[in-house]
Amino acid sequence: MLSRQLLGSARNLTQRVSRHPVLFVTRNFASQNTPLDPTVGLTEEQVELQTMAQDFADNEMAPYMQEWDNKHHLPIDVLRKGAELGFGGLYVREEQGGTGLSRLDTSVIFEALATGCTSTTAYISIHNMCAWIIDQFGNNAQRQKYLSQLIPMDQLASYCLTEPGAGSDASSLTTTAVKKGDQYILNGTKAFISGGGNSDVYIIMARTGGPGPKGISCFIVEKDFPGISFGKQEDKLGWNSQPTASVILEDCEVPASNLVGKEGEGFKIAMKGLDGGRINIASCSLGAAQASLETTIDYVQVRKQFNHTLGEFQNTQFRLAEMATYLNSSRLMVRQAAQLLDGGSSLATSYCAMAKLYATDRCFNITNDCLQLHGGYGYLKDYKIQQFMRDSRVHQILEGTNEIMRVIVSRNLLKA
Amino acid sequence: MSSLRVLVGCKRVIDYAVKIRVNAAQTAVETAGVKHSMNPFDEIAVEEAVRLRERATKDSKLPKVDEIIAVSCGPTKAQETLRTALAMGADRAIHVEVDDKVALQPLAVAKLFQAVVQKENPNLVILGKQAIDDDAGQTGQMLAGLLNWPQTTFASEVGVAQDGAMQVSREIDGGLETLSTKVPAVVTTDLRLNEPRYASLPNIMKAKKKPLAKMTPEQLGVDITPRLETLKVIDPPKRQGGKKVESVDELIDKLKNEAGVL
Repeated sequence: MLSRQLLGSARNLTQRVSRHPVLFVTRNFASQNTPLDPTVGLTEEQVELQTMAQDFADNEMAPYMQEWDNKHHLPIDVLRKGAELGFGGLYVREEQGGTGLSRLDTSVIFEALATGCTSTTAYISIHNMCAWIIDQFGNNAQRQKYLSQLIPMDQLASYCLTEPGAGSDASSLTTTAVKKGDQYILNGTKAFISGGGNSDVYIIMARTGGPGPKGISCFIVEKDFPGISFGKQEDKLGWNSQPTASVILEDCEVPASNLVGKEGEGFKIAMKGLDGGRINIASCSLGAAQASLETTIDYVQVRKQFNHTLGEFQNTQFRLAEMATYLNSSRLMVRQAAQLLDGGSSLATSYCAMAKLYATDRCFNITNDCLQLHGGYGYLKDYKIQQFMRDSRVHQILEGTNEIMRVIVSRNLLKA
Repeated sequence: MSSLRVLVGCKRVIDYAVKIRVNAAQTAVETAGVKHSMNPFDEIAVEEAVRLRERATKDSKLPKVDEIIAVSCGPTKAQETLRTALAMGADRAIHVEVDDKVALQPLAVAKLFQAVVQKENPNLVILGKQAIDDDAGQTGQMLAGLLNWPQTTFASEVGVAQDGAMQVSREIDGGLETLSTKVPAVVTTDLRLNEPRYASLPNIMKAKKKPLAKMTPEQLGVDITPRLETLKVIDPPKRQGGKKVESVDELIDKLKNEAGVL
């Protein structure tokens, strides 16, 4: 077994030797055959997809996630490398050049990738949601023009619904789109746009009709269209590997052929996109919690206080057991919601909302509790725990805040 | 010779990142419930075969690769390893099923490969230089001997010309050594031959549909009875903590009387 210690995997040898020896923590698959095993319940093929995504996360993302966070760097080269493997259009149909996977498969893949960098994976998931919107609601010309660029991630996409004055109350948005000849003229500001300023393609919801959700339409706006500009890059607690900026539309000229679907369908499209988006984001939380818990399990078996390892204290044992339980219950909810969405169930929206509410809350708490078990070290940026905690905090806020998830669930409970 | 038929070996081993443990009976390393994957050197072998094919599609002066056949000898789970090879670009796979409890030793594997080679008629066999589980590093050489084919081991670069002439570089202490030979030949791969690709998601799904044939040692007429007996497997001794000495005299005293090296 000597070669094992000397060589490791051929694929990542060069990366392994260049990494800091003390902070270099290899995933040791401690979770296999333990109550943390993410393969439980998956088909053989799903496990293969998961294994590849996990290898990619371990080799191409995990070693660099702290650097990307620190330098506020979106690793476009890594995104494109992933897109070559099919990550750019995971649930875009195969005949449109996508990978044609189910939402459940997609969730499994995002969870695995998020163990390597939660923020970068979350951005990939938003890009995927935009590509799916074009595949699902666009026309053939739009699919041909944009998907051919988005699936290989030669171009990147952003989703623009939120405005400075329209957050949770999204259907009150005030960005307008007025038809003028063969163009729409867009005016307004979109806030907190992931990829803003960096992306090439923006899926923008704007008002073409009267107030309320039925007056909203969906447009594909390119970075170079006249009248689009971007605000300053926001300085954020987490999600630093992806840029966030406002998108400013001042008499922005959009060809009428870039209307997605029909006038008035925009809000419906935006919400359909978010059903899947919520599963994706919740899956990213699962990955952050999984990675945090794996690291913590290693740590508590090494760190000694009062002549005992932390793992020998019952407080630690109970904490770990609870965290594993919450992670597993979160995973079950996310995968169940994904399956309902795959099956086209009318309950999908409620279940996606419940899964997002539950998993993003629980998983954030797991990363936070893992940080606590690391004590002062957990607070240092030398350890990844704090980054998983910072990156997954925003999952409780975006794709609909967890308060809005409660609104969606209760509305569907009371309507009966 | 105008085209190549490549046979590659794919051994299922404990994943490189797993911390290995000796089993309770001290007869072997614990394999139950442990993540397994393809031997990294075999991944390099598969990658090289696929690259030979890709290079030939870009350069008409290079021999075409007609077929890449992945072969694994081992338990049923070895089929997962073969699926990985198929997803990376092998055309079909052969699984020689051997019960988990049977210790499969290099000579037996070499004989199984010999039988498969005689059945499938490849003109190039690419194997990992060793597997990271038992580190024997013998199978390729034994197979070349059994087939009476030339062998180029520990390859760091492989070139095959249209007439079947091969140039293989290998890393030696003083630098690079280049060997010339001709197919049919056995090549074993070293670490820096290439960097294996990830199997893409569409290729993982397509691999399901590629043919995977099953065979047994009996069908191939090979006796795989172990020739070597493992008496005991134990952990290396635990590393002892060092001690600080107060003076040079104490150091010399310890080197003389405790360590016995002076």
